[in-house]
Amino acid sequence: MAVSNATPGLVTTEKQEPLYLNENVRAFALFMLSLGLFLLFWEFGARAGWFVQGVPTASETIKEFWWWVSNPFFDNGPNDLGIGWNLLISLRRVAIGYILASLVAVPLGILIGISPVAYKAFNPYVQLLKPVSPLAWLPLGLYILRDSEQTGVFIIFISSIWPTLINTAFGVASVDKDYLDVANTLGASRLRTIIKVIIPAALPNIVSGLRISMGIAWLVIVAAEMLLGTGLGYFIWNEWNNLSIANILVAIFIIGLVGLLLDSLFAALEKFVAFGRNS
Amino acid sequence: MRTAPVNSVASIDQPSAASHLSIRNVTKVFPGKKGMFNKLSGKTKRDFVAVQDISLDIEPNTFVTIIGPSGCGKSTLLNMIAGLSPISGGEILLNGMPITGPGPDRGMVFQNYALMPWMTVEENLRFAVETVDLKISPKRRDRIIKEHIQLVGLTGAERKHPHELSGGMRQRVGIARALAINPQILLMDEPFGALDALTRGFLQDEVERIWEQERKTVIMITHSIEEALLLSDRIVMMTRGPAARVDEILEVPFPRPRNRETIEQHPAYHDLKAEMESHLFRETRAVEAARMGG
Repeated sequence: MAVSNATPGLVTTEKQEPLYLNENVRAFALFMLSLGLFLLFWEFGARAGWFVQGVPTASETIKEFWWWVSNPFFDNGPNDLGIGWNLLISLRRVAIGYILASLVAVPLGILIGISPVAYKAFNPYVQLLKPVSPLAWLPLGLYILRDSEQTGVFIIFISSIWPTLINTAFGVASVDKDYLDVANTLGASRLRTIIKVIIPAALPNIVSGLRISMGIAWLVIVAAEMLLGTGLGYFIWNEWNNLSIANILVAIFIIGLVGLLLDSLFAALEKFVAFGRNS
Repeated sequence: MRTAPVNSVASIDQPSAASHLSIRNVTKVFPGKKGMFNKLSGKTKRDFVAVQDISLDIEPNTFVTIIGPSGCGKSTLLNMIAGLSPISGGEILLNGMPITGPGPDRGMVFQNYALMPWMTVEENLRFAVETVDLKISPKRRDRIIKEHIQLVGLTGAERKHPHELSGGMRQRVGIARALAINPQILLMDEPFGALDALTRGFLQDEVERIWEQERKTVIMITHSIEEALLLSDRIVMMTRGPAARVDEILEVPFPRPRNRETIEQHPAYHDLKAEMESHLFRETRAVEAARMGG
């Protein structure tokens, strides 16, 4: 009897915590609260003329946003193009430039990472070119390629190559020596070691390099397109010429949203290749 | 106390027996930094002699433990046997052939398990088996994998990745992988060093059981006196580094199969243990004294 009396007492100590104490619930509530306060401040501030002249109210901007996303695909010439088309144009440029960059950066990174001599020999190039602003390549691209479309792709290529290259080379060069010892004691050939051990071991580094590169490509495309025509960057520039601040805000929100989606895609991929490492 | 003299050649009567390992006057020197450039930058370093003039014969089908103070070059010696580290002087002969590099005739168990995290238990073994024999038939390959997973008691965990296993289970995979390639000699570098005491005990019993079954030549490095006494036929005690040598070789006379309760009853157990303790104590004290002096 005594034992059966003790059990309910034990159960009560493991009571489910109330919903309002859950960390995620509280974070979400705080997020919604801050968002509401921000929108209210914006709405009333714009109506009361606290900001510079011509700032749209929050409700106007949300209405514009709704209009743009409910009619994404219309085409009345290059200066009046639906946001969906502009987004697809930007994504296409990013995809081509980024995939080309990855196809160069990953194999080159593996080669550089495997050989300490190559690592030391090519490091100066990488270190010198990495900090150069992508837009500095724009005139050079236009001069060489004589084509704005190709120049856009070229700029994405040149700016998204470095993080992948550096991370791949680093990942390959710093593969745990134990894995290599295992392959060596088994008498694995160089090629088999590279394919079966070095590349999978470096994969988390390679994917995080690809993730950083994707982030940079998405940053750069908007800036590059301001000077190119068509795409989200050009959309912003065009709306600036129309002095339509609300549309600029809509575009900024969409660029942020797409960037977030792309990044979470790579975050999921990173998790997939980690297998319990660095987590 | 049955002790063999230093550098004894205990197996002159059977020099060419299977998996006979002969270590002859082996020295390992890690080269320092010399030359003009390093002299100018003030980065010169003297050569470091890790082990000096070690001679040791290991007969087939014996379990040999190497014990010594930290940093005495035990791992260096094992890596030279594995062929992972070049030999500076002398030679190591396996069945009369000098060791020049790593090879599948020696299976290695690593202290940190060294399992490929992206491979399942089964894939880790398959990688080893296929690497050693690229043309192995899938049927034979799968049978070997299954047998060895069974041998270390991991049936049911074939599809798990290493990060889903406990440390003890991971090292079982490490042992299964080393045995799956059917090596002549099994090399173990402090295989239980990273495990908690209880798991350590479990795995020692497991290794004893597997050894009874397979009777392979094993060379194991350890810090633990009890572990050495439980598992080995001979215990090689090394002096402190630098220039570590073999100090003494103890024969462990306990009958097999062994378990930790019965060996403690054996009349020689406490003498052997005391001998090892005093050796380790002396060497470790000397290492500490040298550190303080230098």
